[in-house]
Amino acid sequence: MENLIEVRDLHKRFGPLTAVNGVSLSIPRGEVLGFLGPNGAGKSTTMKMITGFVAPTSGSISICGHDVGSNALAAKRKIGYLPEGAPAWGEMTPASFLDFIADIRGLSGAHKANRIKEVVAKINLGGVLNQSIETLSKGFKRRVGLAQAILHDPEVLILDEPTDGLDPNQKHEVRALIKEMAPNKAIIISTHILEEVDAVCTRAAIIARGRLLFSGTPHELQAKSAKHNAVTLTVASTHAAEIGSRLGELAEVLRVESHPQAEGRTRITALSRNGGVIFEVIQTAVQQHGWPVAELFVEPGHLDEVFRTITMGAQTPGEVPHS
Amino acid sequence: MSRTLSIFRREFQGYFATPVAYVFIVIFLFLTGLFTFYIGAFYERGQADLEPFFRYHPWLYMLLIPAISMRLWSEERRSGTLELLLTLPISLAEAVVGKFLAAWAFTAIALALTFPLWLTVNYLGNPDNTVIAAGYLGSLLMAGGFLAIGSCISALTRNQVVAFVISFVVCFAFNLSGFPLVLDFFSGWAPQAVVDAVSSFSFLTHFNSIQKGVIDLRDIIFFTSLIAVWLYANMLAIESGKGH
Repeated sequence: MENLIEVRDLHKRFGPLTAVNGVSLSIPRGEVLGFLGPNGAGKSTTMKMITGFVAPTSGSISICGHDVGSNALAAKRKIGYLPEGAPAWGEMTPASFLDFIADIRGLSGAHKANRIKEVVAKINLGGVLNQSIETLSKGFKRRVGLAQAILHDPEVLILDEPTDGLDPNQKHEVRALIKEMAPNKAIIISTHILEEVDAVCTRAAIIARGRLLFSGTPHELQAKSAKHNAVTLTVASTHAAEIGSRLGELAEVLRVESHPQAEGRTRITALSRNGGVIFEVIQTAVQQHGWPVAELFVEPGHLDEVFRTITMGAQTPGEVPHS
Repeated sequence: MSRTLSIFRREFQGYFATPVAYVFIVIFLFLTGLFTFYIGAFYERGQADLEPFFRYHPWLYMLLIPAISMRLWSEERRSGTLELLLTLPISLAEAVVGKFLAAWAFTAIALALTFPLWLTVNYLGNPDNTVIAAGYLGSLLMAGGFLAIGSCISALTRNQVVAFVISFVVCFAFNLSGFPLVLDFFSGWAPQAVVDAVSSFSFLTHFNSIQKGVIDLRDIIFFTSLIAVWLYANMLAIESGKGH
């Protein structure tokens, strides 16, 4: 499949600080890449380089075959970009703002009017079209930024924290919008909301201290969790010790954690030895011994735990910034 | 070209979307009137010309143009719209020129609104209108020069007040570069050629010759090339300030 975004060995240094250190990404049409990382990890800097705002110290970026360094205008035409914080000129109204963006993007006549109408409807800006942007709520400002980014129906979308500051309903709408556009575009979204990766992304990339530490499907990311495929049972605390030790004896179980809960109950989690499915084994054991179990479920794998493990591990010596 | 025009239009309308335009125009007209009639002794001189009007323009611009130019780029940097603007499919030159031309057109409007003075002087006597036209041309060119300086300096900082103060000082230096105040600073150590070069940068000298009705090509080239050089420096300033 053709890669709409091709980033090769990207480096960016600000004086003694290495903000981005050897990042490579290939994103084909139809892929939504969730860009994860702690604050200051280099997510925004990478996006600024992909969109041509900041020049990389070394490395190359190509957008739909156009090199961002040598053929910036052609590359920029293919990109829709929502910068961090969704900046817009506060004294403008969404109507005049979108009109300006359409002019700069070379849309004109009926096509321009149609595109603006479509985008306004899609993003629900109808009610605030003639209100100055600086008086809008954070959620509306973000949506104005999003409208601007998708106005020319670009093949490549780069969205820096598109759902930041939105309420749960708005988040849901924006995610639905991204999903709807996904089949025809290559999309990068940065976020620090892990559930978002699960909700909209086909791929996740984790960056910390400027290095790409993980790249794979959200499922693969979950599989890195120690709790992947672990099974949790809630039982009466009086039975907890016995059940815990029996489960610990099973060959498939690595170890057992138990956490006392309210109302005399205890939650027991059996971790899978090799990450494989152990639900059936546990269920059989429960039935054999006739344990009274209030709850029995497979742990989904905790993304935030994986995120912490991966990004904290990056902060080891040897990461001394180049000068 | 059409993209420069889009930038120009957005920027120009921006002046009138806020009180900036109206405050500036009112203050400009008030001050030009004050200088012309009280300090310039327009009536007492008994001459039908606009010399007392034009004479104070370099000093008015030195104060007022930085107030217009201070927000040109520093505001874009502070609010993050610089990133939005420069990731649109436009070149840096188009953005710089578009914004500069909008600011220049705006000062041209303020200048044009002094036309009642021209009517007055024509009503009171028979002035040489070609000299007055030359005065307006010179004044506009000089405003462009100050604006280009201010635009470049505003690209160096996120802080509008800093941009204003530094622009004011630089404009002041350009006004006075033919005077001992500035020349003495150089004459002690720099070779005579440098001192001569500095003194030739004086806005006052170039403006005075145009405003007397002598449209010398050299004065026009001086202002236009000065604008070009400062706008080029403006581009470099934006380029180096990006991403910080």
